[in-house]
Amino acid sequence: MIERRLLVKAEDETDPKYGCKPEQRPPKDYIRFGVINLDKPAGPTSHEVAAWVKRIIGVENVGHGGTLEDLWSV
Amino acid sequence: MTGVLPITLEESRKIVQALLLSGKEYVCVMKLHGDVPEARVKEVLKEFEDTIYQRPPLRASVKRQLRTRKIYYIDFLEMEGRNVLFKVGCEGGTYIRKLCYDIGEVLGCGAHMQELRRTRAGPFIEEEGLVTLHDVAYWFMEWREKGNASMLKKVIQPMEKALQLVPKIYIRDSAVDAICHGASLTAPGVLSLESGITAGAMVAIFTLKGEAVALAEAQASTEEILSMEHGVVARVKRVLMPRGTYPKCWKSGEL
Repeated sequence: MIERRLLVKAEDETDPKYGCKPEQRPPKDYIRFGVINLDKPAGPTSHEVAAWVKRIIGVENVGHGGTLEDLWSV
Repeated sequence: MTGVLPITLEESRKIVQALLLSGKEYVCVMKLHGDVPEARVKEVLKEFEDTIYQRPPLRASVKRQLRTRKIYYIDFLEMEGRNVLFKVGCEGGTYIRKLCYDIGEVLGCGAHMQELRRTRAGPFIEEEGLVTLHDVAYWFMEWREKGNASMLKKVIQPMEKALQLVPKIYIRDSAVDAICHGASLTAPGVLSLESGITAGAMVAIFTLKGEAVALAEAQASTEEILSMEHGVVARVKRVLMPRGTYPKCWKSGEL
């Protein structure tokens, strides 16, 4: 793993009026800007699993990071 | 269970590209088609810790042309008869089924992939926040009924987590909205940045609050950016933050 150091170029502050720390987003935004680290069940395809999550959470769109062994297509 | 599959919701789908490129780790059971001494298996596994050539299998989601993939490590774990258990760390887009087949060819007896579990996808690992579909359904219902945000946090993580391994550039509030409109990041907007950035590499542009603004292509190295007074530092590839989140601080010409 690469160790990265943070190097400062200039100093400034951020205005609390705008934006929001990721952990403090209101629930609706927390979901919209969220990722689930899912343990994929064997059997269904990655695509099918993503569709189930979409239904459970009730969001309009989901994606998945890297297709995982769908029986035939690896 | 076949392991780590990051699911991106709504806006966070924009970071899928970064996840696809990120390194993966798998635990795999490979079945040999003949008897081979354990020492020989270990030896051959070591030979594959290298840049390898792979042609995607017949049923693949990408174009079938020969490409190279890096195998960072293969750790032999156990062997029982013709079953070999190993852990492999590799570049995104490596086909483990192919890898097993190729290892079998080198061993001379042939082999196939018996079982596979992904233990890592970029920053997402098995030991940290991995949840089942059942967990998702349960905690989501709990949250719906009781409205306690900590219940959502049991299953959902901010998309910024997915960018943990991407080098970051932190910018001024006043530069944020221009980036959200697709403008390139210029030197005066930069407050701090991580070491190891090289020209052409993917970087993540962040606010001081730790929010992801965009994915971009660095136009200079960390050292160069630190000493730059003006000029383009990174070209935006994918905007992640909705426009208008931060105030507009740039002048626009009359249209």
